[in-house]
Amino acid sequence: MMELNELWFGLVAVLFIGFFFLEGFDFGVGMAGKLLARNDLERRMLINTIGPFWDANEVWLLTGGGAIFAAFPHWYATMFSGYYIPFVFVLLALIGRGVAFEFRGKVDSTRWTHSWDWVIFIGSTLPPFLFGVLFSSLLKGMPIDESMTLRAGFSDYVNVYTVTGGIAVTLLCLLHGLLFTTLRTVGSLQERARHMAQRVVFFVLIGLVAFTILSYFQTDLFTYRGWATTPMIVAIVLSYSFSGLYIAKQRDGWAFGMSGLGIALTIATIFTGLFPRVMVSSLDSAFNLTVYNASSGAYSLKVMTFVALGLLPFVLGYQIWSYYVFRKRVDGKDMVY
Amino acid sequence: MSELMLARLQFGATTIFHFLFVPMSIGLVFMVALMQTIYVVKNDETYKNMAKFWGHLFLINFAVGVVTGIIQEFQFGMNWSEYSRFVGDVFGAPLAIEALLAFFMESTFIGLWIFGWDRLSKKVHLACIWLVSLGTMLSALWILAANSFMQEPVGFAIKNGRAEMNDFFALLTNPQLFVEFPHVVFGALATGAFFIGGVSAYKLLKKQEIDFFAKSFRIAMIVGLLSGLGVAFSGHAQAKHLMESQPMKMAASEALWKDSGDPAAWTIVAGIDTDKQENRFEISVPYLLSYLAYEKFEGNVPGMLTLQKQYEKTYGPGNYIPPVKTTFWSFRVMAGAGILMILVSALGLLLQYRSKLMGTKWFLRTMVALISFPFIANSAGWIMTEIGRQPWTVFGLMTTAASVSPNVSYGSLLFSFIAFTLIYLVLAILLVYLFVREIKKGTEHHHTETGTTFDPFGKEAVQSWN
Ligand code: HDD
Ligand code: HEM
Ligand code: HEM
Repeated sequence: MMELNELWFGLVAVLFIGFFFLEGFDFGVGMAGKLLARNDLERRMLINTIGPFWDANEVWLLTGGGAIFAAFPHWYATMFSGYYIPFVFVLLALIGRGVAFEFRGKVDSTRWTHSWDWVIFIGSTLPPFLFGVLFSSLLKGMPIDESMTLRAGFSDYVNVYTVTGGIAVTLLCLLHGLLFTTLRTVGSLQERARHMAQRVVFFVLIGLVAFTILSYFQTDLFTYRGWATTPMIVAIVLSYSFSGLYIAKQRDGWAFGMSGLGIALTIATIFTGLFPRVMVSSLDSAFNLTVYNASSGAYSLKVMTFVALGLLPFVLGYQIWSYYVFRKRVDGKDMVY
Repeated sequence: MSELMLARLQFGATTIFHFLFVPMSIGLVFMVALMQTIYVVKNDETYKNMAKFWGHLFLINFAVGVVTGIIQEFQFGMNWSEYSRFVGDVFGAPLAIEALLAFFMESTFIGLWIFGWDRLSKKVHLACIWLVSLGTMLSALWILAANSFMQEPVGFAIKNGRAEMNDFFALLTNPQLFVEFPHVVFGALATGAFFIGGVSAYKLLKKQEIDFFAKSFRIAMIVGLLSGLGVAFSGHAQAKHLMESQPMKMAASEALWKDSGDPAAWTIVAGIDTDKQENRFEISVPYLLSYLAYEKFEGNVPGMLTLQKQYEKTYGPGNYIPPVKTTFWSFRVMAGAGILMILVSALGLLLQYRSKLMGTKWFLRTMVALISFPFIANSAGWIMTEIGRQPWTVFGLMTTAASVSPNVSYGSLLFSFIAFTLIYLVLAILLVYLFVREIKKGTEHHHTETGTTFDPFGKEAVQSWN
């Protein structure tokens, strides 16, 4: 029988997959505000495509963080204190971005809106990049000592491998956001989003291949769980190739679905590559944090399992309903933001 | 300043800042839901405009509440990693449940409410705003369950050097939660009420949209009076409970060095000398402290020096006296604000009932100034609760000094403190600026606003494609 520790590792993975799938397109749409939109109306259209959703999407991250805290307190403690400065930047970015959506349209002045456009752009680019850095350095291993304390220097956070990971994740989100735009808008904005997505797909594939090659040398992804990693990476590359094909055929729904699948598989690969470790120590494998030595007690896990499995269906239910309610496209008339 | 002090300062600043917006969100959304209910029941457009106007202000505030909350979620791990290791088993659970149960609900239904005016039926749309309100209350409930554990640890056993949960139900039935939750929620409702009351008074002073703002004012004063009373009664319950759970905090909030003697007098003001551990002077009301603590006019309240000796016996050598001046004065500021708020809201209702409101300029002006009071009281309340608990983070189990992250450098802490504080300042300035703008604009521009989106299969779409 599967132990609850393992189940919770799976649940955390699911929460992060949900986060990157959903907030992934928010981030991408945020980047598109600068890269794609040509005028104020188009920027507003973009913001309105994610208007009803972005906050709930972000809660997937908060729940992921909460789940780590509840189920794996040591993981929570080691990771958030160990990545203090990167998280400060993630938080600053998320703060700026969140208020920008609400504040941007409140004052009729180009200086005002332009400033917020920059905040949205940076706030949407920085977090996926930093999360990419975080996840790749988790795979690579960080200097964690015998008391589970992480004391790292600059080059542990920032090096060729982690930066490649960061760029790859940022590109995944950009593509996902462009494809979301093709689904939620009409006219010239939609066409240009499709066009840009077609080019971005190539960069995504290049980024993923580069990341895979570096992973081969820098991590134990292919030795520790090689039997799972290789087929999964093949599946990721296939998803994105299909996504590219569907974009060319203007089958936007399928293209978006394939990109979503690609994101989900990417996060899943990272998590399976880690399992049963949650944080790899580069000093000594005896200092690794695992789902066993970092977890809460059995009672706590049991309670949380009941709570989470009881609540999740409702959460999914009303979130899907909200996407259903707002299924119609944004055309630039009578917008809220 | 030591790393510990800096970590505390940073944490305190971010939580206080978060809690400026939290009560306002909880209070405003409740009142907006109330207004929209009146609209749906009476079918009176005034109340629809009311829900929209105040809802607009609520949304601006909510956005800041949300983004400042994101910091809170990760701050425990960032600043207090040892704390997180020690109590994550117990403390993490309510936090995770809060996200799963409350934050998802709030954030999804707020989206549905903002964009759903023309897309959902009236009743379903009304249900959405009530679900947002419910979400904020549930959020308060779970985070306060976590906080109550810090004030009064229950439902755990120490195993492997950590506090492990062994009774989830005990966390939810924590007696501290039963007094803390109502107090915080009433405080939040009062915050919303005095905001609406103050802004309405401002518009009435300017003689703009009198009917609209007089009606808003009435709703605000009713909620204000009820929640003011609620805050006072639940605050009294908290003080009584404090006698059992944290007598040291009680003594510190009364600047009571030696035992009070029987019956105990309540000190209004005192000149506190923390070095000599005595008060230079005191002005006090006889019997009142006995009443506050025991609900009868007799009974001795133990002083800090007595308790210090007791605590030393139980917990070993150390200083168990919290910062007395801070605890003492923050309690007085809070309770004073509370009593004033009750009096003022009662007076407001009376004036309005007698149709003298518009003529009583000084009262309307007072109402505008009073917008700030709940904010001051809320911050003072948390300062008293948290600082009065020092030196503990988890009462009797873990000290603040032992909670701090060992691997976060002074430089990192300083950087985050400055960065967060700066961004807070900017946010605060922008918020006030936007509030003032929206309030000056009044309700006119809300009438036409709709949230429709484009239906690709609808009639107009087909027309525009042809
Ligand atoms: C009594 C109520 C209360 C208290 C003590 C706190 N909060 Fe809070 N929090 C709320 C009540 C609330 C709220 C009413 O639910 C929000 C939603 C919007 C707002 O203005 O406040 C909020 C927002 C909010 C969010 C954003 C949720 C979203 O994206 O929708 C997070 C992550 C937190 N909070 C976390 C915390 C943590 C970790 C706290 C402990 C230090 C904390 N809050 C104290
Ligand atoms: C519901 C959650 C909580 C709320 C609303 C809350 C609120 C506050 C507030 C308003 C302050 C006063 C800040 C100041 O010093 O100016 C404070 C201080 C503090 N809190 Fe909490 N807190 C919460 C949970 C926690 C947790 C989980 C910790 C864990 C370590 C903690 C530790 C502290 C510390 C160390 C201080 C500083 C005290 C001082 O400076 O003397 N609090 N908190
Ligand atoms: C009318 C008289 C009031 C009394 C007697 C009172 C009493 C108390 C007491 C004893 C505490 C500390 C509880 C503890 O540490 O366990 C407290 C905390 C608090 N108070 Fe008040 N209070 C009053 C008014 C107010 C008002 C008007 C507000 C805000 C609008 C407010 C907001 C708070 C908050 C936010 C806390 C911290 C959270 C908590 O511990 O409940 N209080 N109050």
